[in-house]
Amino acid sequence: MKQPITLQVNQNTYDIEAEPRRTLADALREDCGLTGTHLGCEHGVCGACTVIVDGDPMRACLMFAVQAEGRAIRTVEGLAAGATLHPLQQAFIDHHALQCGFCTAGFLMLATSLIERADPPDDQELLDALSSNLCRCTGYKNIVNAVRAASVALRQR
Amino acid sequence: MKPVANLSPEPRVVGKRARRIEDPSLLRGQGRYVDDVPAEHALEVAFVRSPLAHALITRVDLTAARAHPGVAAVYTAADLAPILTHPRMPFGFPTDALPRNTTPWVLAIDEVAHVGEPIVMVVADTRAIAEDAAGLVEIDYESLPVVSDPRTALQPDSPRVRRELSSNVLQHYHVNYGDVNAAFASAPRVFTEHFWQHRGLASSIECRGLFARPDPATNVLTVWSSTQMSHELFRILSEALALDENTLRVIAPEVGGGFGGKFMAYCDEVATVAAAMLLGRPVKWVEDRREHFVGTIHERDQFWALEAAVDAEGHLLGVRGRMVHDHGAYTPQATNVAYNSASSVTGPYMVPHYDLEVFVVHTNMTPVAPVRGAGYPQAAFAMERMMDRIAQGLGLDRAEVRLRNLVPTAKMPYTKPLKNRAGAPVTLDSGDYAACQDIALKAIDRAGFAARQAAALAQGRYIGLGLAHCVKPTGRGPYETAVVRVQPSGRVSIYTGALAMGQGLKTTLAIVCAEQLGVDLDSIDVMAGDTSLNALGMGGFASRQTIMAGSAVHVASLEVREKALKVASHLLEAAAEDLELRDGRVQIAGVPGKGIKLAEIARKLRGSPGYSMPGGVSPGLEADSMYQADIQCYANACHACEVEVDIHTGETRILRYIAVQDSGRLVNPATAEGQVHGGIVHGIGNTLFEWMRFDEEGQPLTTTFADYLLTTATELPMIEVIFHESPSPLNPLGVKGIGEAATLPVAPALVSAIEDALGPFGVKVNDATLSPVSVLSLLRGAAQAAAQA
Amino acid sequence: MKLPPLDYALPRSLDEAIALLSESEGQAKLLAGGQSLMPTLAFRLATPALLIDLAAIPGLDRIEITAAGVRLGARVRWVDIEQSEPLRTAHPLLVAAMAHVAHYQIRNRGTVGGSLAHADPAAEWPGLCVTCDAIIEVIGPAGSRLIEAGAFFSGPLSTHLAEAEIITSITLPAWPRGRRWGFQEFSRRRGDFALAGIALHYDTDAAGRVLDPHIGVIGACHSPHRLRAAEQAISGQVLDDVLIEACAQAGSAEVDPPTDLHGSARYRRALVHAMLSRALQQA
Repeated sequence: MKQPITLQVNQNTYDIEAEPRRTLADALREDCGLTGTHLGCEHGVCGACTVIVDGDPMRACLMFAVQAEGRAIRTVEGLAAGATLHPLQQAFIDHHALQCGFCTAGFLMLATSLIERADPPDDQELLDALSSNLCRCTGYKNIVNAVRAASVALRQR
Repeated sequence: MKPVANLSPEPRVVGKRARRIEDPSLLRGQGRYVDDVPAEHALEVAFVRSPLAHALITRVDLTAARAHPGVAAVYTAADLAPILTHPRMPFGFPTDALPRNTTPWVLAIDEVAHVGEPIVMVVADTRAIAEDAAGLVEIDYESLPVVSDPRTALQPDSPRVRRELSSNVLQHYHVNYGDVNAAFASAPRVFTEHFWQHRGLASSIECRGLFARPDPATNVLTVWSSTQMSHELFRILSEALALDENTLRVIAPEVGGGFGGKFMAYCDEVATVAAAMLLGRPVKWVEDRREHFVGTIHERDQFWALEAAVDAEGHLLGVRGRMVHDHGAYTPQATNVAYNSASSVTGPYMVPHYDLEVFVVHTNMTPVAPVRGAGYPQAAFAMERMMDRIAQGLGLDRAEVRLRNLVPTAKMPYTKPLKNRAGAPVTLDSGDYAACQDIALKAIDRAGFAARQAAALAQGRYIGLGLAHCVKPTGRGPYETAVVRVQPSGRVSIYTGALAMGQGLKTTLAIVCAEQLGVDLDSIDVMAGDTSLNALGMGGFASRQTIMAGSAVHVASLEVREKALKVASHLLEAAAEDLELRDGRVQIAGVPGKGIKLAEIARKLRGSPGYSMPGGVSPGLEADSMYQADIQCYANACHACEVEVDIHTGETRILRYIAVQDSGRLVNPATAEGQVHGGIVHGIGNTLFEWMRFDEEGQPLTTTFADYLLTTATELPMIEVIFHESPSPLNPLGVKGIGEAATLPVAPALVSAIEDALGPFGVKVNDATLSPVSVLSLLRGAAQAAAQA
Repeated sequence: MKLPPLDYALPRSLDEAIALLSESEGQAKLLAGGQSLMPTLAFRLATPALLIDLAAIPGLDRIEITAAGVRLGARVRWVDIEQSEPLRTAHPLLVAAMAHVAHYQIRNRGTVGGSLAHADPAAEWPGLCVTCDAIIEVIGPAGSRLIEAGAFFSGPLSTHLAEAEIITSITLPAWPRGRRWGFQEFSRRRGDFALAGIALHYDTDAAGRVLDPHIGVIGACHSPHRLRAAEQAISGQVLDDVLIEACAQAGSAEVDPPTDLHGSARYRRALVHAMLSRALQQA
């Protein structure tokens, strides 16, 4: 049975109807129309569906939509401020940190939560955290470089 | 074809690092991949796939599934038969060399030959409901004998992979030249080795998927597919479903990576389009990861027995051997993987005599087709391992043995007595292999390695250095298409039959165009892989697009440029030689104020009723080109790496990785480097992590991302890429392919390094994938051998 | 891979949760972080009719440090442990092990109670509980009871939890000053389940002799357990390289690892040797 669920995504309110089995990832994509969050494996390994919930990155395929009710959700669509890209998005362009772009939203949300932390991660911590998402195109090197650069850029703002 | 002007030796835009025009929308989450295409009221598909590797289907009961709420249809092969021209898939590469009964069934009828083969399709309001109903489909099977090893399948008394086969051997042939046996008979030294190689899956992070939308208003069926070849898919869909070409449009939206897995049309795609036609409704199927592991092609096992004959100085006299190629249950596309391997063993070396006997053998496992590299990595591995063996056997340096056999630049172009499948000669067109080796060895500090190794050994650490070469034919023909059009808005549109799936194709083509038209990259739009925009096209595979589509765009851009100059010359009353294209204008060189916008010329070239075209040119500021080539240009690479092997866990850690790549002239060094990074990491996965395993019953064992291991950020060294540019003489841009040439040398370089690290134990490594478990088992074997000796 | 149909309940109290669980007649599953449960559902390896989410039950997310030890509410997440400043001194072994638990996003959701109930022998936490003599508090229709971690697991992915029982807290005994510890595991990639791992701690007397050694194995076992022979090998002795080797040999001899896709029993035995030796050196 579908039931009403209210989601707060990128500071917008979405009143949706979904079955309890609906994952947050599917709800974002199918019910909120936010298709920037992608599904790569649907079993919690690839990290492509990573979104930020109450400040922490989480795999949206490993969370029910109903569990996200009342929590502040951030997705890739909310990262830029209008015409201005988030420093991390800009760093991904500058460092050629994306190729096909399919896994990119997951990396952006994972890394955003890291670099926006009060205590930014050191290199090893960063690498460890980034190891939780899979990318088949880039070989990760440029992603790591972009996140490092954005972390610095964010602190200099 | 008329001769094409080559790119200027000092280009303005080509060769400069450029940001990609693709990125902003992708980074904002606005990229539309197939599952993101708005699909309101679309039905969704789930397939019931075979749980057994070989079985008869004795009973199918769809009653409960059909009665399930929200289910629109449940189809078997019999239900689709009325709209299919044939119950089997059309050939991928149409050929007389293969029997008709080798392609997969659209849906299995009464026999299944591998786990994952689709049998029943459920079409429902949502994918979740389709999966619920798929669980209600009842199928009874009668198990048949399973063949899960191509070496067994090869035996005359082996059970058959499919009942219709009289033999599991699909192809048996030799690739050869010279008189190899004579060369061996008189050779001072002969080396013999056996290799096992495994490549695994394409594993794009986006799985496959297709959305078919019939439009009653236009009577056109539009198909969005995550494919590497929309025009090929168009051909196959129209052939399989008897669709009039004017009623079908295939679009590749954003494609989330290909790596070969999307380089063919699949039965599940044809079935999904068939469902949309039968129901007259939009129907979508998006492959899930579990399906991807069994329903998307693999490039699995090859078993090699290889011999090299050399003289006392290590000069190659001949190479011969035998290779058994696991081809899987059907031939969905072609048998090119094995042929690519067999025709490329001699690689960058001068080998006077050569013979490889090849068996392409069916097994009851997922069909095999190209994954990034397409058979070439295996050949490079086999040959590079032999070069190491020769060095060891003769007590020579590994680099020196290679130097003695590499084709020298003075001999370029160097033609081997072999042909590619277009019948064109295998000609190494350009490159300096020895220089690349020299650069690689300097970069890794080969000179200081012995000291590093000794110091490590003193601490109980085992480090090793590896070295490997490759050549890779790139720019597979026969052609690619491009239209370049300056719009009256001033924006430039490029339409191409090539396909964008992550390499930065759009930026690359925009750069090639901007070079000639003097416009900003941001004013260029590239539309790739839409069959309604280009009647013909080939798509993305075999490291071809910069060469083929790039050259097509170059040709078209030159023509547009000439036309713009001619019209401007007429309008500005100036000689064309005095004009330049810059900032979106044609202007008199050195007189920036005096000129005319390209947009204005484009407007004028739309024509006005009754008036003649200015300058007497043909209408439209545009050109249409088709770049043709059968001869492939050879990219090459030399990789050097340093690894540390933990002899207690078997783990290999890559300490440094140097890649020297020659992909000819680089259009965009930034994206070229990105391609190399990805190619290397794919190779690292193949060598150390990725192994698509099956048990003896043909049951796949590694069907999750927790079991099939892709490399992650922490396992990687910081890769150093050095480009050595030898422009190819074979195309006007001087470019060669990039993405695959980076994968080929990785397994032989890493394995060479691992073997070097384990030198104190006398371990020989002839296999890849090489897991830590295998490393410990090799160490144990070497210890036992030493104890016996 | 869409999840099977199911109902969802969000009880506000343990009593309510126990009632729901009892009424479901085995058709319900508890949902904590869901990081192991949801993939199981996605593959439709489990099809519970009802999920009972423990998220709204007050008090289950507390970390309490007392003289008796560290008490973790069942819903404490890995990230809560990782980021707890007091735990760094109250239980350094626990904090060190957290870096090995899955991946960053998973650690933001996964819980200590959920991991115990899931009972994966390759997971760090069950092994840590067994090594450290943790006490698991559970509550059910008949009231609450305490179970020693060593007696909690009945095999791979199974426990001695009775039907309708809910884990409410885990208590790790107090960590004396000066206690030595080591944690080593081997996995193919960062964040993967351990093929073999060792958690250990011991105290020392004034002469530097090993007192009360606790050595536990993860991954290379059907359920996590202590390595008694290995403990015996070093108990009362002053550690040196020879003793470390003897202990590692004893440990690898007494494990009974499974053979599976990722490694043979023989390979895992070799890993136990290496990890045990390294953990002792680390301590």
